[in-house]
Amino acid sequence: MSSLDLRNLKINVGGKPIVKDFSLTVPKGEVHALMGPNGSGKSTLAKALAGHEDYEIVGGEAFLNGQNILEMETDEISRAGLFMAFQYPSEIPGVSIANFIRAALTARLAENEELDAAQYYRRLYEKMDLLKIDRKFTARSVNEGFSGGEKKRCEILQMAMLQPQIAIMDETDSGLDIDALRIVSEGVNTMRGPNLGILLITHYQRLLEYIVPDRVHVMWDGRIVRSGGKNLALELEEKGYDWVKEEVAAV
Amino acid sequence: MANANTSTLERESPAATNSIASTEGFDHGLERLENAPQWLLELKRSQWREFLALPMPTPKAEAWRFARTGNLSLEGYQLPTDLPDADKKSVLESSHLFESFAGKMVFANDQLLEQTAATQEGLIWSPLSNAMSEHGALLRKFFMTFTPDLGSEKFQALHAALFSNGSFLYVPAGMEVSLPFVAYHTACGQGTAVFPHTLVIADAGAKVHLVDIFQSARKDTKNFACGMASIFAGPGAQVSYQAIQEWNLETLSFHLNTVSAERDSNVETIMVSLGSRQARNEQHISLNGPGGNVDNYSLSVPIGNQEVDQRTLQSHKAPSCRSNLLYKNALQDDSRTVFSGLIKVAELAQQTDAYQTNRNLLLSNSAEATSLPGLEILANDVKCSHGATSGKLDEEQLYYLLSRGISRKRAQELLVFGFFEEITSQLENEELREHLNSWIGRKFHATPPTKNLEG
Ligand SMILES: Nc1ncnc2c1ncn2[C@@H]1O[C@H](COP(=O)(O)OP(=O)(O)OP(=O)(O)O)[C@@H](O)[C@H]1O
Ligand SMILES: [Mg+2]
Repeated sequence: MSSLDLRNLKINVGGKPIVKDFSLTVPKGEVHALMGPNGSGKSTLAKALAGHEDYEIVGGEAFLNGQNILEMETDEISRAGLFMAFQYPSEIPGVSIANFIRAALTARLAENEELDAAQYYRRLYEKMDLLKIDRKFTARSVNEGFSGGEKKRCEILQMAMLQPQIAIMDETDSGLDIDALRIVSEGVNTMRGPNLGILLITHYQRLLEYIVPDRVHVMWDGRIVRSGGKNLALELEEKGYDWVKEEVAAV
Repeated sequence: MANANTSTLERESPAATNSIASTEGFDHGLERLENAPQWLLELKRSQWREFLALPMPTPKAEAWRFARTGNLSLEGYQLPTDLPDADKKSVLESSHLFESFAGKMVFANDQLLEQTAATQEGLIWSPLSNAMSEHGALLRKFFMTFTPDLGSEKFQALHAALFSNGSFLYVPAGMEVSLPFVAYHTACGQGTAVFPHTLVIADAGAKVHLVDIFQSARKDTKNFACGMASIFAGPGAQVSYQAIQEWNLETLSFHLNTVSAERDSNVETIMVSLGSRQARNEQHISLNGPGGNVDNYSLSVPIGNQEVDQRTLQSHKAPSCRSNLLYKNALQDDSRTVFSGLIKVAELAQQTDAYQTNRNLLLSNSAEATSLPGLEILANDVKCSHGATSGKLDEEQLYYLLSRGISRKRAQELLVFGFFEEITSQLENEELREHLNSWIGRKFHATPPTKNLEG
């Protein structure tokens, strides 16, 4: 079955183990929430999966639809169908949103194929309207001078345009105001379906009220220490992480 | 191409007697100038003597620091002979980048092949070969009266001695022309030397836009190009000038340019350096009247073993002027750039705003960018700044692009476009902007030129 399949991943940053023994399967069609205290290694996991060089994968396996992504370059992983919505997206001065997304789509075409410009803009505007992003943003440099919430929306715009099979969304909800949270969540929900699996990294139950997860996992000190249904998030909201930590310590 | 073999061939070819560095070559050039007035012939003779008297640049000369002065030999270049019709035809075919323009001239080896006449009453848009006789008095008032003098005096003299053509644009007071005048200059044939000259005179309150395109008919001919472009902006005039230098990668080129800005004039120039194995670009800007405003941009994208050597002078001679210079270079492979710029503010030039910035993007570890910014300020009430930076592509930005499936090569290209956007966005002409982007893009898919023997 097609999915994101992570087995016993170990990831070091600057020689220091951050992700310690991480296993998780996100089948397509499902939304899995990944929660956990600050510094537990969620973003490290996400960036490493998207091939970031600073994150050294020292053990374990990672498959995207059966393809070993640990042997692939960052751009290949993306073209294979993995999308990363970053917690802190980079600013790219001088490169407009329209050109940036066009380049990403063109990269997915065969060498002799060309993107139909009219059709491209039609789709782009449609997705922008859906996410309530002003059409003027197409001419703006990627993320440059964007507010925190605008950056997050722009990540989701890219996701909508690139139509990945697996999306990792790293704290997409942080920085979004109440209306934006609803708009972005609705946008994500329209993308939900049998062909998309989502790993949703978040600290807040509020997001999970909009995007209802199939599973919730708790990450602590580099590994998953607890998994459950959507009620697990409610439980965490009530009791905090100490409760999980105590349980783990007791084992 | 094997360098050793080619130069042997050149030495044996009969054209070598017309070598640009020989007096036979000079005399031969003079004979071809049928229309030249006496004063110009005299100027040419005295400039030829000047050329012979001046020494070749040495690495020790301050104005040539860090440049590959060993590659400047003039051996093996000769003045062009008449072009076969087939070559003329192909030059004409490769000389129409613009759908809309106010005027057009096409030169091949400094010979005029095509010209659209100017329709505006009083405006002069004329090849210099005609202007010499038809507008001699006006020409004499401006021609070579203001030269860069930033180290290439020997080559300026050579240019004056050997130039035979170019574009002459005079816009009368108050006339505004918004579409661009476009001049194409193509070098054809092995060893050919060309000396394109551009002279723009915008009278008081006039507005004009000129584009020079410099290109080669073939990729593999070794050519010498020594061009000069002089802009005279009268009081309140607005001049926009772009030079697109796309000589082939075997060419040794000089572009020795000046801007002279009178009271309340506005001048914007952009130099785009794409071609040449070695390019020497000089730009001397003189602000002569209060309220003068000059923006001077340059971008270069050297690859392989290319060298782009840039020398500039912003000279503020009057109060309350502004000049802004921005030079950006993106270097690949073993290429090198040198930027040496000076802001000079005269004692009486109070309330000067002068800026000078050089930014270099090093896309390879073996590329080398040298920056020598300088200030010489005699007035006490001025705003001046100069800055130079050299750096690599931002790894986090690169990663972000890669994470969207964009290949490394294309990602680099996009970041370089982003780097240049500050300059390319200044181009109001959409056709030109699009061409420019595709020219820059080509430098990412071009085969680097063969290594020079020396360097
Ligand atoms: N590039 C880096 N250099 C040094 N340390 C790093 C780097 N990236 C992550 N770390 C460290 O690894 C640990 C895990 O960080 P990570 O960003 O993965 O946590 P997180 O679970 O995403 O936290 P948060 O909820 O605050 O976003 C932290 O202690 C962090 O300081
Ligand atoms: Mg994080």
